[in-house]
Parts: sequence; C-alpha cells; structure tokens
Amino acid sequence: MIFKIAWRNIWRNKLRSLVVMIAIFLGVWSGIFINALSLGMTNQRTENFLSTSVGHIQIHHPDFLEENKLNFSIPNFDELNNNLLNINGANISNRIRISGMISSANGALGGNVLGITPEDEIKVSTIHNGIKEGEFLGEYKKNRVVIGAKLAHKLKVKINSKIIVTFQDQNNEIIASAFRVQGIYKTANTRFDEMNVFVYRQDLERILQSDQLIHESVLWMDDKTIVDSTITALANTYPNLKVRSWKDIAPDLAYTDDLMIQMLYIIMIIILGALAFGIVNTMLMAILERQRELGMLMAVGMNKLRLFMMVVVETIMLSLISGPAGLIISFFTVGYFKRNGMDFSAVGQGLEDVGYSTIVYFEMQPSFYWSTLVLVIITAILSSLYPAFKALKLNPVESIRGL
Amino acid sequence: MNQFADYNPIIMSIIKTNNLERFYTEGDVTVKALNGVSLNIEEGEFTAIVGPSGSGKTTLLNVIGGLDSPTNGAVEIANTEITNMKDNELIDFRLKNIGFVFQAYNLIPVLSALENTEFIMLLQNQPKEKRHARAIALLEEVGLKDQIYKKPNEMSGGQQQRVAVARALASKPKFVLADEPTANLDSKSTGDLLDIMLELNEKEKTTFIFSTHDQRVIDRAKRVITLEDGKIISDETK
Ligand SMILES: Nc1ncnc2c1ncn2[C@@H]1O[C@H](COP(=O)(O)OP(=O)(O)OP(=O)(O)O)[C@@H](O)[C@H]1O
Ligand SMILES: [Mg+2]
Repeated sequence: MIFKIAWRNIWRNKLRSLVVMIAIFLGVWSGIFINALSLGMTNQRTENFLSTSVGHIQIHHPDFLEENKLNFSIPNFDELNNNLLNINGANISNRIRISGMISSANGALGGNVLGITPEDEIKVSTIHNGIKEGEFLGEYKKNRVVIGAKLAHKLKVKINSKIIVTFQDQNNEIIASAFRVQGIYKTANTRFDEMNVFVYRQDLERILQSDQLIHESVLWMDDKTIVDSTITALANTYPNLKVRSWKDIAPDLAYTDDLMIQMLYIIMIIILGALAFGIVNTMLMAILERQRELGMLMAVGMNKLRLFMMVVVETIMLSLISGPAGLIISFFTVGYFKRNGMDFSAVGQGLEDVGYSTIVYFEMQPSFYWSTLVLVIITAILSSLYPAFKALKLNPVESIRGL
Repeated sequence: MNQFADYNPIIMSIIKTNNLERFYTEGDVTVKALNGVSLNIEEGEFTAIVGPSGSGKTTLLNVIGGLDSPTNGAVEIANTEITNMKDNELIDFRLKNIGFVFQAYNLIPVLSALENTEFIMLLQNQPKEKRHARAIALLEEVGLKDQIYKKPNEMSGGQQQRVAVARALASKPKFVLADEPTANLDSKSTGDLLDIMLELNEKEKTTFIFSTHDQRVIDRAKRVITLEDGKIISDETK
C-alpha cells in the first residue's frame, strides 16, 4: 500500500513531477554523453599516439635512451628476436633509429630516420594508413623515403623529390645519403609528422655496412591486457636491456587516461548533486502541500518509520522512473557515436595539432552505466532523507488545525 | 498509586480524566484552553461535547485522543495512563485503541473509499482478506456500497465523512473521537451521518465522543457535556 500511495502521489502534481523526471533524464543522459565523448577523445588520442610508432612495448639498449648514438644498438639482437617471435599475439617491428639532418634544396631540419621492414612495421603502426600522396614503403626499391606532410611542406618537397639525410656513423664520420620521396603521410600528430621519416632498413644497413644495428624493437599486443605481464617476463629475461611499456614512454598520456576515469565520476556526481537539489525541492513542496494529510495519518496511527518510508519511497520512485531511462537512451546514443563517430572537422585543425582526431568515436566502460545507476539510487536515497525528516517534524495537532 | 479515587471496576469506564489542564502561552498571555476538566466516559456512550467557539472542545478531544498532552492532570484510557507515553508509543496506542474522524482532510486523496477504509487495518498488519471483508461490510453499513472504488474527490462531503467513520471503526477501536464531523455538511448529510453513527452505537456498541455546534446534532446525543472557558459547566445524560 505504501508503494501504491507513493506511486499515486507522484502523479498528483503531474507537471511538477514531470519536470523533475525530465531533469533527471537529461542530467543522466548528458552526463554520460559528455563522458563518452571525453573518454572517446582521450582514448583515441592515446591510440593515435601509440599507433603512430610507439606501440605497447619498446626494447632498447639502456644507453640509447640517454644518448641517441648509433653504437647503442641492441646486443645479441637475433636471440632477442627469436624469443619475441615466440610471444603469442605480439606483432614486432625492429627499427634502426638515427637522429640526423633532413634537407632539401629549400631547407634543412633535424629529425629521426627510421629504418624499417615495411611488412613488419605495418603491423605495429598506422603510418601507412595516413598516406596522402604516393605510397608507403613496400616492394623494395633502393633509397626510397616516406616523409610527413608537415616536413614535406617545410622542405617544399613533393613525390619523387630528392632529400638528403645527414648523420654520424659508428666512427663519428658524417655521412650524407640521398633518398627519393615515395610517399607523404599524415598522422593526427603534426609534431610527429615534422620529425620522422621512414626508409628501408636494408638501405641503412648497406650505408652503414652492418646488419647488426637494431636500436628499437616495438611490440604491438593483440591483447592489451597482457602488456604488463609480458614486460615483466621480458625484463626478467633481459636484465641488460631496457624494456618499457607505453605508460613509461608517455606517462602523461597514461596519467590523463587514469585521470579521465576519475573525471567521469566527478562530472556525474556534480550533475547528480545538482539534480538532488531539484528532487529535494520538489518533495519539500509536496510535503508542504500535504501537511494536513500527513498530520492526519500520524493522528490516526501511522508511525514515524512508516511515514518516513512513505516519503522515501515516493522520492526514490520519482528519481528512479527517469534515471534508468536516461541510462538506456544514453547507452544507445553512445553506441551510435561509437560506431559512426562524431565529426568535429569544423574545429578539427586545432584538435589534430594536439593529437586528437577530428572524428571522435565515443567510448564508455560498461561498468560506468552500472556505477551511474548506483549513483542515481544513492542520490535518490540521499535526496529523500531531508524531506522525510521534514515530514516527521510535522505536529499532527497543528497540521490538522491547518496552520 | 491510583489517583482516580472514584475508580469502579464494575462499570467499564474507558476514558477518565482528572483535573485536566492545558495552557497555551504566547508571549505573556496564557490561554487556559482546559482549566480543570474531570471526566469519566463509559463504554457505549454517545456523547456530545458542546460549547462556544474557543471553549476548549477541540483541545479536550485532542488531549483525550493522545494527540496533545495536558499541562497538568492525567488521561487514563481503558486503565492505561497515556500522559507519559513516548511519541511512537502514543501513535501505536492510538492506532490500536482510538478511531478518529476530523472535520475535514480525513482521507488519503489518492486512495479509493475501500482503500482508505482498509488503511488503518493495514497499519495494524491485518491480513488482506480480513481487511477487505471488513472494509466492504463497513462501507455497506454507512451506505456507500456502490461507491467503494471512488476517490475522495469523486464523493460529496457527507460521503467522505461516512468513509471516515467507516475507517475509524474498521480497527474496532475502544471509542471514536469526532471533532465537528458535521461542520462542513448540509443538514441532510448531517442527519444521515448521525443516523449512521447512532446505528453503529446501538448495533456495534461503539462509543462515540464528538464535538459540535449544531443544535440538531446536540439533540440526538445521549449525553451532552458543555464547556465554557475550559471548564465543564454542565453534564446531562438523557
Ligand atoms: N496552538 C494554540 N496556541 C495558542 N492557543 C491555542 C492553540 N490552540 C488552541 N488555542 C486556544 O485555546 C482555546 C481553546 O481552543 P479550541 O480549539 O480547543 O476551542 P474549540 O472549542 O474547539 O473552538 P471551536 O468551536 O472554534 O473549534 C482557544 O482560546 C484557542 O485560541
Ligand atoms: Mg474546535
């Protein structure tokens, strides 16, 4: 009966209840929408960053990270490589990485030259997907280079233009080699595009007259959850190598990812906190209107616990009619934008400069829906307490006399 | 210690008050709403409390019904002293022993006549079938057989008061307190309600204590207690 009364009481003032319900619906929906958008953006930024060459795991000579010298290549590389090939679900690219000067007839800029094996590289990075002109490295042709759009623009080079790469060899001799531009790529990160060019590993090996020069092994794990355990295993097996996860390489990125999850909850709690005021206000109005009725109920023998519960149940019902509806609708909205993405190309250039994509694919942890539901229920319960205590304070005699 | 000197266990007295006082103080003005009321009401009475406005009728009924507590004096109901009970104890006591009919706002607007009548029995945790059967029987007795599914706002004032009487009786209370139950009713409805109350008084031996201004109601009471300035100035049994 208490449920029946509570339910019917909600509909006594339809407009007022509807306003509260719509507010809760919109609050929950927009909260999840904004959160899914933000999470989508940061996840994509992380993903973009990792897939533009970082990968999930990187292995180097420990000194190479301090000083980018040619000689700090991975010792006993063949043995390492054989072991890496045995890791399930690991895609591996081994790179020669040289810092040098990249120049054309129109200028020169410092940058990295990455000597790769194309069929391995395309498994750990997505540079090849961002080819704007020409094509990525593939079937071997001597001294070909793929450069970033930003760099191409600065050096004013086009497909088939020649660029000169200058660097120090093992003996600190300056070497200059000419490469022909075969492709121009573009990633979400223009800084990266300006700094990195890709050439065939075998060209560098020929120029440097060595086939033992691998500076960097990059792993892309099919299953992201085994990244940490794989790192531990590798670090134990190769104490003399530096094995790092993407979180070590880009701690700020990992940190924003963690922070993001906390932000989602904070945003949701702020929204629900604001809604709680609306709920409390509505219920206080309802109780004020029903003073005589509530006084009468106490007079005829409704005890405080029951009266309290009646108000609590009504408040919770009021809050829980539309909260879950907001969750379900947001689930579908998020699902839609997860599949189709939301296009921000109107403001896109600014976003790309800082590593975000112009089309944002929404992302939401399923657990967040449940957490939000729990938060909504907690909000409902908390919002019900004050009005319910207010109801208990009513004095039956005064209420009935109609003060 | 028994402060009720004239206590006689043979005549079943259900309400006893001894020198009841209820003062209201506002600023430095003290209103003596009850100023020494000693009263004894026995089972089966049909008693009217009358008196001019402000004479203390409502206050007396509230104090007897455990809704208000006296400044001095005590109220004993069916040999139980209620004056010192705690809030929740009192609510429970009212639920089990006293039926209430107020001048207005008696019913829960969102419940039907039937549900309203069942409500007290529900609070008493009586089983559904029993509640239902008793509520229907009572509504029939008060002449509302055809209205049991109507909500209060679909019924006339007189019909609403009859539902209130049915509800007050539903839990078989020791007595029913009614503060001006006919004040908002026209004379036809007033007559009908009194007919019903009298019939219940005679058939079910329900004790009724009601306050009124209405001479026609006073005429039908079996005992009339007149208050003035918080004192009993006459007490006649017909
Ligand atoms: N809460 C209160 N505060 C102050 N004075 C009060 C309060 N309640 C009642 N009184 C005063 O007590 C006196 C008795 O009031 P009461 O309501 O019992 O009279 P009544 O006989 O029921 O009057 P009526 O016929 O108008 O209903 C009145 O003078 C009234 O003003
Ligand atoms: Mg009165």
